[in-house]
Amino acid sequence: MSEITDLGIAGIRDGFRGGEFSAREVADAFNAAVAGGKALNAFIVETPEHALAAADAADKAKAAGELRPLSGVPLGIKDLFCTEGYQTTAASHILGGFVPTYESTVTAKLFGAGAGMLGKLNMDQFAMGSSNETSAFGNVISPWRRSDGGNAALAPGGSSGGSSAAIAARIVPAATGTDTGGSIRQPAAFTGISGIKPTYGRCSRFGIVAFASSLDQAGPMAHDVRDCAIMLEAMSGFDPKDSTSLDVSVPKWEAGLSSDLKGKKVGVPKEYRVDNMPAEIDALWQQGIQWMKDAGAEIVEVSLPHTHYALATYYIVAPAEASSNLARYDGVRYGLRDLPDGANLQDMYAATRAAGFGPEVKRRIMIGTYVLSAGFYDAYYTKAQKVRALIARDFRQAFEKVDVLLTPTAPSAAFALGEKSSDPLEMYLNDVFTVPASLAGLPAMSVPAGLDAQGLPLGLQIIGRPLDEQGVLNGSLAIEERAGFTARPGKWW
Amino acid sequence: MSSYRIQGGTGEWEVVIGLEVHAQVTSNAKLFSGASATFGAEPNSNVSLIDAAMPGMLPVPNGYCIKQAVKTGLAMGAVINKWSRFDRKNYFYADLPQGYQISQLYHPIVGEGTITIDADEKSGIPEPLKIGVERLHVEQDAGKLMHDQHPTRSYVDLNRSGVALMEIVSKPDMTSPAEAGAYLRKLRSILRYVGSCDGNMEEGSMRADVNVSVRKKGEPLGTRTETKNVNSIRFVMAAIEVEANRQVDVIEAGGKIVQETRLYDQERNETRSMRSKEDAHDYRYFPDPDLLPIELTEDFLAECKSELPELPDAKRARYEGALGLPAYNAAVIVADVETARWFEALVAATGKPEGEIARTASNWLISDLFGALNRLGKSIEDSPVSPKQGAELLSLVADGTLSGTLAKQVFEIMLETGDDAGKIVEDRGLKQTSDTGAIEAVIAEVMAANADKVADYRGGKDKLFGFFVGQTMKAMGGKANPGVVNELLKKALA
Repeated sequence: MSEITDLGIAGIRDGFRGGEFSAREVADAFNAAVAGGKALNAFIVETPEHALAAADAADKAKAAGELRPLSGVPLGIKDLFCTEGYQTTAASHILGGFVPTYESTVTAKLFGAGAGMLGKLNMDQFAMGSSNETSAFGNVISPWRRSDGGNAALAPGGSSGGSSAAIAARIVPAATGTDTGGSIRQPAAFTGISGIKPTYGRCSRFGIVAFASSLDQAGPMAHDVRDCAIMLEAMSGFDPKDSTSLDVSVPKWEAGLSSDLKGKKVGVPKEYRVDNMPAEIDALWQQGIQWMKDAGAEIVEVSLPHTHYALATYYIVAPAEASSNLARYDGVRYGLRDLPDGANLQDMYAATRAAGFGPEVKRRIMIGTYVLSAGFYDAYYTKAQKVRALIARDFRQAFEKVDVLLTPTAPSAAFALGEKSSDPLEMYLNDVFTVPASLAGLPAMSVPAGLDAQGLPLGLQIIGRPLDEQGVLNGSLAIEERAGFTARPGKWW
Repeated sequence: MSSYRIQGGTGEWEVVIGLEVHAQVTSNAKLFSGASATFGAEPNSNVSLIDAAMPGMLPVPNGYCIKQAVKTGLAMGAVINKWSRFDRKNYFYADLPQGYQISQLYHPIVGEGTITIDADEKSGIPEPLKIGVERLHVEQDAGKLMHDQHPTRSYVDLNRSGVALMEIVSKPDMTSPAEAGAYLRKLRSILRYVGSCDGNMEEGSMRADVNVSVRKKGEPLGTRTETKNVNSIRFVMAAIEVEANRQVDVIEAGGKIVQETRLYDQERNETRSMRSKEDAHDYRYFPDPDLLPIELTEDFLAECKSELPELPDAKRARYEGALGLPAYNAAVIVADVETARWFEALVAATGKPEGEIARTASNWLISDLFGALNRLGKSIEDSPVSPKQGAELLSLVADGTLSGTLAKQVFEIMLETGDDAGKIVEDRGLKQTSDTGAIEAVIAEVMAANADKVADYRGGKDKLFGFFVGQTMKAMGGKANPGVVNELLKKALA
């Protein structure tokens, strides 16, 4: 038998049910892996006791014949999810020491399905970043290294970089992520794992620290498509506590998995062929198109004419909402309070927010405040909303002709830490392929599809119609089966 | 246009007034959370995680509050917008946990409507006047800062944070303090009829922002000031008066009115500048992405309409028409929904046709009951006499058991003891008598004792008749039926 920590959700579930190992053994193995993985800085808080308690409950449930879908499976939880009794900071000093008295709906569902928690995963501060370098707890380091023999520490992607790094390093079998403009898909691509952002409204946002409310969606990150399907089933569902939650039933995605794409049409949007796209990415995309054909799909070139404006639109809408969502971190009720001698209320706000927020968060609050301010509102925010509607219309029209879209996930493989952090605009370009689906609220997934010349993972993205997660998962599965991605980082930590 | 003018050194000035009323929605729970919206609880005891804006918390609209707003709009004959949306008004303050107030700027739930204020000759309102309502929108209230709890710090009470308010914005259609007062009274009356706000200004469930400008006849509108959060009708009227006079003084002294927010100081009866337009916040309004637009269905609107009670204007017309009440009586009774309810219960409890008893009942309610309540310092809701008890008293008068004088006596005893009229009449023998034998005997005694006056009467001094009535009634302790006494006296004196 292979190591328990090599297993994903389905492997653990099936092994546990088949009596190969106990849930306790699983929790012990992953707790040890977490403890041994500190060099990755993937965790902000480790919670071995939570994983053990869930494991013991799973072992008892098994004896009693009361197994639940995720019994025996320990997970990593991104630190954006409020967890009752466990510190939740969104990787920001401004929430330093904050311990919620409540549980997010998504984690409550996962724990209710039998899962345990290995710890709270590091991330870009308030989910703002593409490299994990904006965390107030130090950046996560990707377990991957370039094959050139250099030891450059690489970015695990962001903002769910703790999740991606921990899964790729096999210190967690799967983890929650959140995706506002690509924060599940881009880190998944950078680390050779799978991750799906479901349709906006599939997963409740209740108890998830808000970044940009109209874009934020939780989703699973895992080794493969099947694990994502299993976990997404457990995370999804209508929640009356979130007004934007969709009141629709949750399909049996795992049972519906099929890589046979006969009769399906796969769209290839020509606007995604951007300037300066590395040849390797383009080649991988062409390979992906071939795999889709091999799976029985018909390839159709489609046009999404407003793609070019998506990034600019996103960087107006998301900061605008963030500037308002983050106003509650004011030092009055919880988290950090910086109260200089003789300070009045305004001074306290200024000192608290200056000390509590990192530079990227401040930058986005300022951008958001600017685009919403009198005199600029129409030129920026109103226009961005109009363009957003056009982008959504592009997709609607494309989906009249095709079932799913195939694109690269990111314009490059993982870059070195520090390589792009000095130029925010270059960093923002990382989101160029992921942002359009976010603006349109569509389900989209990244699957590992190959390695670049330096031995680093590259991902392909499948985008689907609203609520057609099944189509997205199945398209991704077709790639997964043909890509045969088995590469994994050598253990150096 | 009222005849109200400010007499300045350079001539007469007209005053233009618009009111923005914040009315707390009557509801058990807050606008976006399940926390209680009751007044007067211990500080911070009615606060949910949402009201405190904890990380990851989301607002969920309270359908009941939405319904209250729609019903209020319908009661003002206003346009109900089937599609409306919540916006965020962003600013920092310690009583605003989210850092924004959820309100409706761009797409309010209720559009234009009308409130008709009643004629009031004494106040310079010779005939009913239609005041336009610009809009009604729903928004969250903020919390409250307490500055008197600690020598160097301020405390925050979030009980009010998130409570639903309706902001009702009038058009600048009022031209005198009296009209503004009448508008507020009428608005409060409508809110109380609908049951969407208790209209209690002392407890802060209704507050007004007062927009005032002045101009010479025929000139365009002057620059307005906004006096915030005035908390009684009397103060609103006073604030308009002093602010309009201040504006005239400033202009006539060669100054300019600046658009600004002002505060009314009730101790000194003056308004003071709070902040000018230049210092005004940039609220960065934008649609709240946590909330979906509100879409109202025809069924929902029909349900709201069916739940609306008879409103004051319709009720007044019915009272004057079908019930035959004098205009004054009708106006007094409909002004307050509780009075109207009491009156209608009273009429119903008599079991008599409305048209027959309503007028008498209204007279009794306005003179006898109101007089008693005034004396006791009680409101009609706390009346020691119930409508049913009042109806019994009226019935005893109607069937001749009690004379008007006896009825007043019985009513006083009812107020003191809480007993029913019938029981009092029985116990104390206050029943009016129509026993002709007994009355004739008394008449004979009275005539014997006043033989000279009998002679005078028979000699043509008709006016003495009243004297004989009085003497007879007195001798019978007020219990004789006045009709019977009249009849028998006429015979005896003939």
